[in-house]
Amino acid sequence: MSETKYIPKSKFGKWFDSRLPLLTLSHHLTSYPTPKNLNYWWTFGGILTFCLMTQIVTGIILAMHYVAHTDHAFESIEHIMRDINYGWLIRYVHSNGASMFFLAVYIHIFRGLYFGSYKAPREMIWITGLIIYLLMMATAFMGYVLPWGQMSFWGATVITNLFSAIPLIGESITGWLWGGFSVDNPTLNRFYSLHYLLPFLIFGLVVLHIWSLHIPGNNNPVGIDVKKNSNETMPFHPYMVMKDLVALLTFILIFFGFVFFLPNVLGHPDNYIPADPLVTPAHIVPEWYLLPFYAILRAIPSKLGGVIFMFASIFILMALPWLDSSKVRSSSFRPIYRKFFWVLVFVVILLGYLGAKPPEGIYLILARIGTAYYFIHFLVLLPLLGRYEKTDPLPMSIADPVLHKPGIVDKFKEMAGSYEGENVGTFK
Amino acid sequence: MLVLLNNFIKKIVILIFLVGFNGSSLAEESKIEFISTDWTFKGVFGTFDRASLQRGYQVYQEVCSGCHSMQHLSYRNLYEKGGPEFSEKEAKAIAAQFEVTDGPNSEGEMFQRPARLSDKFVKPFPNVKAAAAANDGAYPPDMSVLAKARKGGADYIYSLLLGYEDPPSDIQLDDGVYYNKFMSGNKIKMAQPLLDGAVEYADGTQATEKQMAKDVTTFLVWAAEPHLEARHKMGFKVFLFLIILLTLVYLSKQKVWSRFGSKNLEEEETFDKIEKAVTEYEGEDPKTFK
Repeated sequence: MSETKYIPKSKFGKWFDSRLPLLTLSHHLTSYPTPKNLNYWWTFGGILTFCLMTQIVTGIILAMHYVAHTDHAFESIEHIMRDINYGWLIRYVHSNGASMFFLAVYIHIFRGLYFGSYKAPREMIWITGLIIYLLMMATAFMGYVLPWGQMSFWGATVITNLFSAIPLIGESITGWLWGGFSVDNPTLNRFYSLHYLLPFLIFGLVVLHIWSLHIPGNNNPVGIDVKKNSNETMPFHPYMVMKDLVALLTFILIFFGFVFFLPNVLGHPDNYIPADPLVTPAHIVPEWYLLPFYAILRAIPSKLGGVIFMFASIFILMALPWLDSSKVRSSSFRPIYRKFFWVLVFVVILLGYLGAKPPEGIYLILARIGTAYYFIHFLVLLPLLGRYEKTDPLPMSIADPVLHKPGIVDKFKEMAGSYEGENVGTFK
Repeated sequence: MLVLLNNFIKKIVILIFLVGFNGSSLAEESKIEFISTDWTFKGVFGTFDRASLQRGYQVYQEVCSGCHSMQHLSYRNLYEKGGPEFSEKEAKAIAAQFEVTDGPNSEGEMFQRPARLSDKFVKPFPNVKAAAAANDGAYPPDMSVLAKARKGGADYIYSLLLGYEDPPSDIQLDDGVYYNKFMSGNKIKMAQPLLDGAVEYADGTQATEKQMAKDVTTFLVWAAEPHLEARHKMGFKVFLFLIILLTLVYLSKQKVWSRFGSKNLEEEETFDKIEKAVTEYEGEDPKTFK
């Protein structure tokens, strides 16, 4: 289990590895020590890597048949769905894959929030992760525009118009995004180009994300540092690989449940209507994974304010390692933070629900309360909690958090009694 | 401090729940129930009823196709597997009823010829503007993916076809506008398309309004999702494969992990530790532990 210095066995191996240390890298990746107590919430990193690769592979195949032109885009998608061999499968995997990618990334992010994985010395993992998340949103948004359905067109119109709210340079940015004076063929072309580019940037950032992870090693559910190369860790392969596989296959079952049996349930029916610049849909809504931000955007009465708050809601997360000043990582030992964590989860889901509703009446009021709470959580509650929260005592090692639970001695006496089937007094 | 905070959190959660539920109950009011029927294509093992698809094509051809195009379908789709499965000869005969413009020929002239299997369904109007102009300004939508382009899908289309009613007395309709309880806004520019006996089915099925609505809706669902049957079949196989693989992988994982941190081992370790801790706690030897 210990990470020893790797020396290739063969002569060629030595020659090769001293010039390009791929063997050392692969040795590092397989023997990488992981805490023994990682639970299934820690399997989403592997699942996300799978999602990214799936999107890239299916995307490359789709790109062979897709035509990025306003007159042909919709038709070419139908061509893929009807005439290309298994085109329907590849496209449904790609479109549902985007949703699954976000489902996994949200679990991954909230796991980080719950177990304090963003705290020192893991700030760079958190920040590279957030940049990946931002790029994912940009990629997914541009991908949704490509079929050139009604939601594609009007979603693109709403989102690109947001940039015009920026003072001085806003109009120029919008014009640059459009490549003209409205969302049109040049917009579609550049979105297609960027939609193809960004996944590879994400891939590069994933390498950085994993690299920065491999320096301090994994956080764990207890949140205390593990002694590397002790009996508290186990090598990544085969232990974590097997556990990741179990989780991945379960995830794929859910994923393929959508692909084969409910392929359109996560999309909007309006996107099967070809884009028409003269007909505005009754409600313009983004894909489900962007809804919380859409709710924040519309909760603010001014356009510029909405844009600022929407972007701030993500950028604020980058400052999280410093906003949360508590030294204790895991929520298991933070009784008050733990409650606020679940309130935050609830508020984000509520905002998602409100993002799909028209911004009026009770929905608007709730969205405003939710938005305010979201920012209060990070800007007020976390710094205060770091100061005033009385955390539970931390265990000495990841193996014995159990020893510090109150009443454990009585429990033990009881256990010992039933174990021996005798009175504890005669316990050997 | 702690108690205060706890109460505060509870109050917030209760408040949000209360307001949230009120909000959602307000939203429920405007929902309409679509009429449904026993669709054979629903569910994990759903397949199309061939006879219904063939009748549905007939309804489309004789009733809808005068105004509604289906530009993403080809005549060859009519005999392909998973669809209405007309014979190739029948499909050829269907195609040959239509004229398409081809060319240019060696003299540079465009010419008319009967449609072949490889041709797309011939459109009733050359373009959207012409279609709208011929229909009092309302464009009859292309029906290739209509079943996927409407909330409610098959149920919506079926309901709409059966939803024509006399308008309530407080609603005044203009000429060429009809009342339909499932259309958003209840006003529709399409006259009731299906009346009992509108077509004559070759297989002797009674051409009632409901029967035709069911058949043509089935046809539209197939048109929007021509690989639905293949998808369901493959999905079933994929699930079977994944469940077996998952079981094997899970068992392997248990086997691999038993080498390292078996449950029993961990329990034993914990037990040892608890014993030690109790010793320290009681300040006694566990053997004489009271």
